[in-house]
Amino acid sequence: MIQLRNIRKVYQTGFNRLEVLKGIDLDIQAGEFASIMGSSGSGKSTLLNIIGILDEYDKGDYHLDGTLIKELSQTAAAQYRNRFIGFVFQSFNLLPFKTALDNVALPLYYQKIERQKRQKMALEYLDMVGLADWAEHLPTQLSGGQQQRVAIARALITQPKVILADEPTGALDTKTSYEVMQLFKKVNQEGITVIIVTHEKDISDMTRRIIRLRDGMIEPESESGQIPATPSSAS
Amino acid sequence: MPDRDTLQEILATIRKHKLRTGLTALGVFWGIFMLIFVLGMGKGLENGVFRDFGSRAKNVMYVWTERTTQPYQGFQPGRAPQLQLEDIIAIKQHIPEVQYIAPRLSLQNIPASYQEISDKYEIRGELQDMIRIEALRLHEGRYINKLDIRDSRKVAVLGKRTAEVLFGNKECIGRYIRISGMEFRVVGIFGPLQIKPWTESDLEAIVIPLTTMYRAFGTGERVDYFVCSAAPKVLVSTIEPKVKSLLKERHRIAPDDPRGIGGFNLEQEYQGLANLFGGIKAFLWFVGIGTLLAGIVGVSNIMLITVKERTKEIGIRKALGATPRSIINMILAESVIITGFSGYLGLISGTLVIGMINFGMMANNVELDNFYNPQVNFSVGLSAILLLIVAGMAAGLIPALQAARVEPVIALRDE
Repeated sequence: MIQLRNIRKVYQTGFNRLEVLKGIDLDIQAGEFASIMGSSGSGKSTLLNIIGILDEYDKGDYHLDGTLIKELSQTAAAQYRNRFIGFVFQSFNLLPFKTALDNVALPLYYQKIERQKRQKMALEYLDMVGLADWAEHLPTQLSGGQQQRVAIARALITQPKVILADEPTGALDTKTSYEVMQLFKKVNQEGITVIIVTHEKDISDMTRRIIRLRDGMIEPESESGQIPATPSSAS
Repeated sequence: MPDRDTLQEILATIRKHKLRTGLTALGVFWGIFMLIFVLGMGKGLENGVFRDFGSRAKNVMYVWTERTTQPYQGFQPGRAPQLQLEDIIAIKQHIPEVQYIAPRLSLQNIPASYQEISDKYEIRGELQDMIRIEALRLHEGRYINKLDIRDSRKVAVLGKRTAEVLFGNKECIGRYIRISGMEFRVVGIFGPLQIKPWTESDLEAIVIPLTTMYRAFGTGERVDYFVCSAAPKVLVSTIEPKVKSLLKERHRIAPDDPRGIGGFNLEQEYQGLANLFGGIKAFLWFVGIGTLLAGIVGVSNIMLITVKERTKEIGIRKALGATPRSIINMILAESVIITGFSGYLGLISGTLVIGMINFGMMANNVELDNFYNPQVNFSVGLSAILLLIVAGMAAGLIPALQAARVEPVIALRDE
């Protein structure tokens, strides 16, 4: 599903040349449930941006579902993002003036799907994350966990190949964090590739594969991730 | 044209920022309102001034004689030529572009009476066409006609006030009045189209056939001055030199004498005024558009701030798959809707205010010298609307491009 070959990324700020990614080779298969770990400055955000087609890379090749993602126009990048990738953010990033339903429906708007169908689908996905009764609520009327579930529904509605979650539990307490992870697990079981960026070990331990990043390089993987995502504190 | 969804998106954001949008809209509203108001009032001024021309043919000139300034064919300068009825006939014969020609010979302070009421009046000898050229109207009966002239009939057309003085409220058509002791039958009452200081004399005049005047008052076949109009599609300024040179030839005035034959050309006057108002109108457009421009810069400014504030939102939209184009469209449509809506309100209220002024003036019979019937015509309204759409686009352009440049990575950044 995701194939990175010798990806390099350099940030040039004045006279400083900061090499953030120093040749990343990574394969993530369809249906994987992986986490990317690393301390701040390890380059994990940059890697996530590249995988999410939010940022360009300098060298190497990135194939997403067999398509080479390189030097795309902004429009093409937007279309790939819309069709291939569902984003889940640390701070949820729901549009505050739109209801939960409208937020979930937004990606379909950019697919030019007509409103009625959009609303119907959005309601289905809200129902899937258990928030159908909250459809007409504004994000500010929802708890953090509920907001993140709305965001997950929004990420899923385009039926993407990959869900990219950037610290999805960073703003949540432990209990809600585990609930959200349960949801990701459920999503993964339906066959969608899920990649979670986190620096919390208990979160990454719930995924089946842990990719560790240090100083712009991937550390050799120890096949740790056969631990099932059933932490004791989650009921 | 944005579809219903885009519209809903925009309305949602506008509703979110009511005050800010309202204030922005006010600038455009005021701009268009001023444009419409100022143009409407300008039109009122124009109508007021041109009303003085009335329905009187604008293609008209007045000709009279003056003292000559140059010697010619043995004549000394300083001679005063006298227009004759023959001149009028000659002009009619030789210059076919002349449509109507109306000479006038006036005698002042002629006593006229009906029964025991008597006063002194200006008696005018005329041919039949004066009423077609000058800003006169017939109140009752008829004006002088060809038969009156051919037969030198003793008929008279009274100025409105003369009729009131002599007859009071009594019917006067068909009655006989005495002018200098001679009996004249009253056939009509006339007056000026508009009562102005310079049209007072029309109210108090008595008009009789020119030929009757020659016989009854022994004036000889002279003429004081004449008015003539050009045929349709002929400019009076083109026949003026012809008329003048014909008269100069007939009266032996040097062809290059600037005096001798005097003339006044309403067309030139009219053209001058038309040009003046063209200039005024251009100036008003300039001022109006300037005001509007200030409003538009305001919109543009606010949109820029909006875009800055919504950077995060735009980033999220982009991460979710919004193309740069859709972002540009969103901002442009928002700008066009704000300017369009508020401008339309300005257009409506400007037109309404102008209409109310017009209605108020009509209803209360307000007569101002140089102001009449202010109006906003359809083409002004239409161009204002077009202007608004263009203005909305222009106002949104820079902010929209700014928005399109927002990096989607912003969505991932935590503040």
